[in-house]
Amino acid sequence: MAPVLEVSGLSTVFHTRRGLVRAVQDVSFTVDAGETLAIVGESGCGKTITALSLMRLIPMPPGEITSGSVKLDGQDLLKVDEPTMRTLRGSKIAMIFQEPMTALNPLLTVGKQIAEMVVLHDKASAQVARKRAVEMLHHVRIPEPERRAREYPHQMSGGMRQRAMIAMALACRPKVLVADEPTTALDVTIQAQILDLIGDLQREFGTAVVLITHDLGVVAETAQRVVVMYAGRKVEEAPVGEIFARPLHPYLRGLLNSIPHVNSARGVDVDEPVRLQEISGIVPPLNDLPPGCAFSPRCSMSEARCTQTRPPFEQKADDHFAACWRA
Amino acid sequence: MSTTVSIDGPITPSAMNNFWYLVRRYPLGVAGAIIMIMFVLAAIFADYVAPLDPFSTNARASLARPNDVYLMGADMMGRDVLSRLIHGARISLAVALGATIIGSGVGAAVGLACGYIGGWFDLIVQRITEVMQALPLLVMALVITASLGPSLRNTIIAIAIPLIPTVARVIRSNVLSLREMPYVEAAKATGMSEFRIAVVHVMPNTLAPLIVLATAQLGSTILTEASLSFLGLGVPEPYPSWGRMLSESAAEYVRTAPWLVIFPGLVISLVVFGSNLLGDALRDALDPRQRG
Amino acid sequence: MVQTPLIDVTDLRKYFPIRKGLLRRTVGNVHAVDGVTFSINAGETLGLVGESGCGKSTVGRVVLRLIEPTSGDIKVTGRSIVNLGRDEMRPLRRQMQIVFQDPFSSLNPRMRAGDIVGEPLKVHGVGDPKDREARVAALFARVGLRAAQMRSFPHQFSGGQRQRVSIARALALDPGFIVADEPVSALDVSIQAQVINLLMDLQRDMNLSYLFISHNLAVVEHISHRVAVMYLGRIVEYADKKTLFASPQHPYTEALLAAVPLPDPSLKRTKHRVDGDVPSPIRPPPGCHFHPRCRYAEARCKVEAPVLKQIAPGHEVACHLR
Repeated sequence: MAPVLEVSGLSTVFHTRRGLVRAVQDVSFTVDAGETLAIVGESGCGKTITALSLMRLIPMPPGEITSGSVKLDGQDLLKVDEPTMRTLRGSKIAMIFQEPMTALNPLLTVGKQIAEMVVLHDKASAQVARKRAVEMLHHVRIPEPERRAREYPHQMSGGMRQRAMIAMALACRPKVLVADEPTTALDVTIQAQILDLIGDLQREFGTAVVLITHDLGVVAETAQRVVVMYAGRKVEEAPVGEIFARPLHPYLRGLLNSIPHVNSARGVDVDEPVRLQEISGIVPPLNDLPPGCAFSPRCSMSEARCTQTRPPFEQKADDHFAACWRA
Repeated sequence: MSTTVSIDGPITPSAMNNFWYLVRRYPLGVAGAIIMIMFVLAAIFADYVAPLDPFSTNARASLARPNDVYLMGADMMGRDVLSRLIHGARISLAVALGATIIGSGVGAAVGLACGYIGGWFDLIVQRITEVMQALPLLVMALVITASLGPSLRNTIIAIAIPLIPTVARVIRSNVLSLREMPYVEAAKATGMSEFRIAVVHVMPNTLAPLIVLATAQLGSTILTEASLSFLGLGVPEPYPSWGRMLSESAAEYVRTAPWLVIFPGLVISLVVFGSNLLGDALRDALDPRQRG
Repeated sequence: MVQTPLIDVTDLRKYFPIRKGLLRRTVGNVHAVDGVTFSINAGETLGLVGESGCGKSTVGRVVLRLIEPTSGDIKVTGRSIVNLGRDEMRPLRRQMQIVFQDPFSSLNPRMRAGDIVGEPLKVHGVGDPKDREARVAALFARVGLRAAQMRSFPHQFSGGQRQRVSIARALALDPGFIVADEPVSALDVSIQAQVINLLMDLQRDMNLSYLFISHNLAVVEHISHRVAVMYLGRIVEYADKKTLFASPQHPYTEALLAAVPLPDPSLKRTKHRVDGDVPSPIRPPPGCHFHPRCRYAEARCKVEAPVLKQIAPGHEVACHLR
């Protein structure tokens, strides 16, 4: 079965006064229907720009998608003209964002915003669209959906706004949902609800989900495949069980060791405070990357080769890829 | 939707790099800055730049058309228009700077006090500024000069006063939001007095919007001075004021000696335009969201 | 041996008035902090956990009297500070400092880092300028920054470095107690570890106490000795760290722990999802604030607010069913 989304060699740059910023370099991945692919990394790694590039929402100028292809059901999104892309956005590929308050129009009721999607893409009448909007609100488990459809975003709580945004994104049953840090701004109990909801809707509609996050816990609980990004490139890729059990790239290993865990759930009894393992240094500026491997200045295992030549992204084990000379 | 690409680390651009970058990014602002710089230089070095003496009269050259000697023509008393315009820049600069500095300074102090003290003080002062803002700037300036009498000093005061409420309101709203900043809370936690916090932490962070506002006001102060002088209430003789040059000539000589009206008018428009361009560009440049 | 706690808070309340109308009449109150009691010993960290609207940030500020409490008592080394005037508070402020969440807005963008850290010393007239500079240099070294960076402006630092500057500022007056309000939440994951380690090192070396406010349970578990869980202005559970995380007694604590995603896909926990939204403190549910979302709720819970009571030594819970 062919994957729903095939991204190949995607590269996006920004022309800024401080030079050329290579935000995304040579990123490739595939997502099947009903599957969740997580793209993990910290700020400045390029994951959000990757997501925006998929949707062709990069402002050009100063941005520019310099190479690659994004094939949705075989059609390359980077090659279609803008009017065609607009019809695809929302109907075939949709996006939800981190901050629902700014992603929803404060001047329109929630129901109207969802209905707008239906009218635009499914060419439905206003009445049918309104009904569909209420159905979607019900689908995302908002109680009293008829009443809520008439409310404005500011009248809803953060969790509810996020549900409304999900309703809007899935109203036309897109094949791919790009979720950019959808729960980062939410409280932890609400986050759990939203992640469950996305998972349930994914199973129901067969949507492929590209989940952008920095939270490894969220990745472990929701994704089937994981891509780790650093300084604009992929550094590791594997199925979720494999990548957590046997992390290969020093960056991922460093991340996993530096996060405090809620030990009790793992049955670990810790009496003395454990010192977290640090990753020294900071993420390099994207317009001034170090030679060789971008992580080498911070890597405890780096050797001469690492600072001279960039390691290729290649297979290291069964369905497990990494870009590291030492892996 | 804006996409921010965050770039961390120390940035040290060379000065040259910076200047051309400014020209590319804010061409209008640089143009405005050049105009204003020329204006200021003309005012400072008027004695050296002006070809002729602006005060000396020459009956034979009365109403001369623009020629080799009188590059912009001569007025009814034979005085060189160009030299008068250049010296007039001094007056306009003095009035503009004086009025803007006094008006902005007092306005900023009032705004700072209102934003910080709050309560009844704020309520009352706000109502007063609202009343002041309801009156047109020119009308207020007129009333003040009419009651004080026309002189350079009174003109400056008359133009400064209507400036105060506008500046006070902007500074006040800035102060209200700055007060909530965590670094102000941190200063309070160290036991700093409110007054000291206001001066050390809050005031410097309102300077940027204040500068932008003041630059933008420069243009309007020049215009007001010209209007006041036009109406005979501004700067008196013998100071060459652009406004009075217009008023002396407009009615009688506009058809017979149009250069007496055109050149002063052009110069006023140019300087006001320049200050507006500069103010706009400064506002964009100092907006923290625009900076990397 | 029972030592006098460094910080002793009793029945602390903070109500914010809701004003409506032209004359700004008070029509009601937001019970941001609704009767909170806890104590912190020297060299100890109390973790204060909760979701948005629970009042934990307000507690932090009220304890330092950055916001005035509506009622209740705050004792610092046994001395009540709630009624002290400004001049009496001033020397006490040296002992209690704060570190904020947002590394961007916690530092005055127009001041150099060295001046920011040295300002508390200036305010309290400690030493002459040369002494102060030496002390600031020492503080910079202590938090892992170079002395040369004293001349830099905040925007020239990374987020993690800015937090270090904030911590250096908090340490300037040699306090015994620091309120840390979500100090690592705005930082990247790999930087969080650096700052957490720094805070713990400082605690060990300087016998510092922290009121560590956070919504991140993993971080709280790592750094705290005791933990208090807050919900809508009240403490619902209060215990030492191990007990709270190993055997939580309050349904809300259970729900919180169940909701935290763990970075280990092999752990398949059957999680009970708590329904509903975090309620707003303007209209709290009657009785036990948590009852609309609690799967164990009974009739009594809807009417009567449970009191925080001790169910085991050092373990307090506010729940009718425990």
